[in-house]
Amino acid sequence: MATADPYLQVRDLRVRFATEDGVVRAVDGVSFTVERGRTLGIVGESGSGKSVTSLAVLGLHDPKRATISGEIVVGGRDIVGRPDEEVRRLRGRDMAMIFQDPLSALHPYYPVGRQIAEAYRVHHPRAGRAEARKRTVEMLDRVGIPQPARRAGQHPHEFSGGMRQRAMIAMALINDPDLLIADEPTTALDVTVQAQILDLLDSLQKEFNSAIVLITHDLGVVSQVADDVLVMYGGRAVEHGGVEEVLRRPQHPYTWGLLSSVPTLHGDADADLVPIPGSPPSLINLPPGCAFHPRCPHADERSRTEVPELREVTTGHLVACHQPGVANAG
Amino acid sequence: MPDELLQVEGLTKHFPVRGRGLVRAVDGIDFTVTAGETLGLVGESGCGKTTTGRMLVRLLEPTGGRIVFEGRDISHAGRRALRLLRQDLQIIFQDPYASLNPRHTVGRIVAMPLEVNGISPPGGVKQRVRELLELVGLNPEHYNRYPHEFSGGQRQRIGIARALALRPKLIVADEPVSALDVSIQAQVVNLLRGLQRDLGLAFVFIAHDLAVVRHFCQRVAVMYLGRIVEIGDREQIYERPRHPYTRALLSAVPEVTVPAKADGRIRLAGDVPTPLDPPSGCRFRTRCWKAQEVCATTEPPLDEGVACHFPEGGRE
Amino acid sequence: MSLSSEIVGPELTPDAPPAPKGVDVAGRSPGQLAWARLRRDRVAVISGCALLFFLFIAIAAPLIELAYGIGPYEQFQSKLRRSDGMPLGYAGGISGDHWFGLEPNSGRDIFIRLIYGIRTSLFIAVTAALLTSLIGITLGILAGYLGGWVDAVIGWIIDFALALPFLIFYGPRDEVPTWFRVAVLIAIFATFGWTGMARLVRGQVISLREREFVEAARASGAGLGHMLFRQLLPNLWAPILVSFSLAVPAYVTGEAALSFLNIGIRDPTPDFGVMIFRSIDYLQGDPAYVFFPGITIFVLVLAFNLFGDALRDALDPKSSR
Repeated sequence: MATADPYLQVRDLRVRFATEDGVVRAVDGVSFTVERGRTLGIVGESGSGKSVTSLAVLGLHDPKRATISGEIVVGGRDIVGRPDEEVRRLRGRDMAMIFQDPLSALHPYYPVGRQIAEAYRVHHPRAGRAEARKRTVEMLDRVGIPQPARRAGQHPHEFSGGMRQRAMIAMALINDPDLLIADEPTTALDVTVQAQILDLLDSLQKEFNSAIVLITHDLGVVSQVADDVLVMYGGRAVEHGGVEEVLRRPQHPYTWGLLSSVPTLHGDADADLVPIPGSPPSLINLPPGCAFHPRCPHADERSRTEVPELREVTTGHLVACHQPGVANAG
Repeated sequence: MPDELLQVEGLTKHFPVRGRGLVRAVDGIDFTVTAGETLGLVGESGCGKTTTGRMLVRLLEPTGGRIVFEGRDISHAGRRALRLLRQDLQIIFQDPYASLNPRHTVGRIVAMPLEVNGISPPGGVKQRVRELLELVGLNPEHYNRYPHEFSGGQRQRIGIARALALRPKLIVADEPVSALDVSIQAQVVNLLRGLQRDLGLAFVFIAHDLAVVRHFCQRVAVMYLGRIVEIGDREQIYERPRHPYTRALLSAVPEVTVPAKADGRIRLAGDVPTPLDPPSGCRFRTRCWKAQEVCATTEPPLDEGVACHFPEGGRE
Repeated sequence: MSLSSEIVGPELTPDAPPAPKGVDVAGRSPGQLAWARLRRDRVAVISGCALLFFLFIAIAAPLIELAYGIGPYEQFQSKLRRSDGMPLGYAGGISGDHWFGLEPNSGRDIFIRLIYGIRTSLFIAVTAALLTSLIGITLGILAGYLGGWVDAVIGWIIDFALALPFLIFYGPRDEVPTWFRVAVLIAIFATFGWTGMARLVRGQVISLREREFVEAARASGAGLGHMLFRQLLPNLWAPILVSFSLAVPAYVTGEAALSFLNIGIRDPTPDFGVMIFRSIDYLQGDPAYVFFPGITIFVLVLAFNLFGDALRDALDPKSSR
């Protein structure tokens, strides 16, 4: 899996929030790496900790509210515990993020072109207005926005949903970042537009050779776009490996459950879907042992008491389960 | 002759926008639903499916066309006539957080249709509410709890129980699982399927997720910019789609089992045009790879279940 | 997704058997949750206790008078200096008999007058606030829910009421009895003060009426009455309560100001405004006369404002999801 030096390395990341109801263990010991030119898909439902992980990588958590431990190494530099000024220099230049809702991520008051140009000039202080504008229009064109020069002068509300997302991608990529984090970038979009955006991300990656972390709840999206996949549950990593391997031969009962409960366009439409019983766990009161055991049909005594470690099952395929592959048997 | 529960003819809804004309949210659609049948209404944003759903339960009044329920024209029925109708036609909403009154107990929420219509079932309201809660898989002892104490999936079940309170014949389900986590969606879809079978309910199932619709609906209507572009039974739509938009829609759905770079992938260019000023002739022509002159001048009628001048498989 | 520890027990799947007992499990309503939050807030508790204390004083004023032994209109001319009418003794006549001293010239006890002053103020302010709330809520709900011409008409009335300088309506002459003055004051506050509540409620209703639970009630055939009182009103209590708790101190200050200007309550009725008005002249000679009413009204208004803020935080819908 790792042929080049990984650009992003996360080791034993833990993020905790103190709330009036108790300590929320949003991320509880997650490790992964992403190389340049490869895409890691992080899959999980609400409360799985996937978004918190991505915000931690960008150093966007408020240190007064969140306690972060572990290592996050971006391009050779560990950013955990570093002062914000240091991390800010990386943000927007070496690593960038695109969000789920472009309407709230773009300032409604300023023209889109100006916002993108600003993102460029913050990290290239010697660049003049003209140069920034030229780059902006180039980037808007590259992300497939028709009439980019005219569009650059418009405001976000004049763009459609798909175009806004493209504009956000342009803003994220204007400084050629080596790492791009996309947090549910297509969830709010129509399916035909989603397909366009995913294609765009794919072609941009080939051109810029960036490392991409794509966060989503949609296994279909992951299968189309990602090279590797990390499945999160209850703030922990439960399965990790190449996307084909994990989705064809899931070893963790949760991954297996997700795959069998999702309706598809093919396969038997009359059979009942096989849901995962129960609901995702509370991050304040995580169940003891394996976080998934209350919903797992194969839970045994060990699952109830011992937290499973992430262990390699086959080359490059890791699972955190006491009985990996049990769901596939029979 | 199958008994047609619901008939929709030329249903139209226009919203005037000050200074900018009309938003043609729904622009003349026709379909029928027989008793116990499930019809899916799919399409992307701006296609008018949600507006249609609202009109069916008369939360919105149609601007034109007719809605006929059990032989009676209800398109502009007054309050008294609608009173009886409400018992037969109910709706389930998308957002489990906004569809329940946060200040009411679950029992009160589910009993609301009974209270509003002054209906007292034999055995009492409380008993009936308990039965309904059990029917949707909730603990009837949670009668006195408040919505915020439940998860999204459970709240959606409460909404379903409320819709069933008056024993309706047809339920409009407006994106009932879109706001739920993936692992919960399957539970609720299964629940709806079970209820549909056991109670013989007819459904108009509105969704943008084609895969979910496939698991629930016997027939599907595909909408685009306020018109139905294709309508047929499940097999026709999913295995042999004829309208280019239907084909593009199916092709765009990312699927685990289908390799990413498979042949026959269709990618539409551009975005959905605004319903304020839809393209002339066939509304889909601006994104259609088959578009020709006639598509710009003449709007194709819905014929043999397809509204297209050049459907796949041609015309007989 | 609920992160709090108040998770219902394991979700029942259609295959599992239903729970046995016949006991209804009671839940915690959003109101109960807000109350719990309020109790945890120290500022709320302290200011709330202060308010209860003032309320108690206002209600029990005659009893206090009985225990204290001196009435608000009794004059103690013998304890005043003959030459200029200033009270004898330390800081304006503070002593074991007269805890806050005496008023110059009239020789009346400041403490008991203050007690009755609180009563007058609170009575006027609370009554006015209740009336304005009633009018404001009714008109606000109707305007917000019905929209259209109803909203337009009520909007004009609001604009009209806001534009009128209501002071010009006040003009009872000197010989009018006190209770009449009080009634007119309350009436004037009520007639022109409801606009704030009305606008607030209208705004809330407009945002609520698009919510799906309202549509669900409509889809079941609910009539106007049910919609307004059963569906909307329970969701309006939070802003109403907060607005009410902030209106009372505004009326306390307003009434004191009017009395200060000598067009509200007048001497000899005990009242904050009257006392402060008269005390300005005696700043040097009788500091107690200025100090005590001033500090009392300050504490009263501050307590209301702090409590109102704390109430708003406790009722914040974001945290009661």
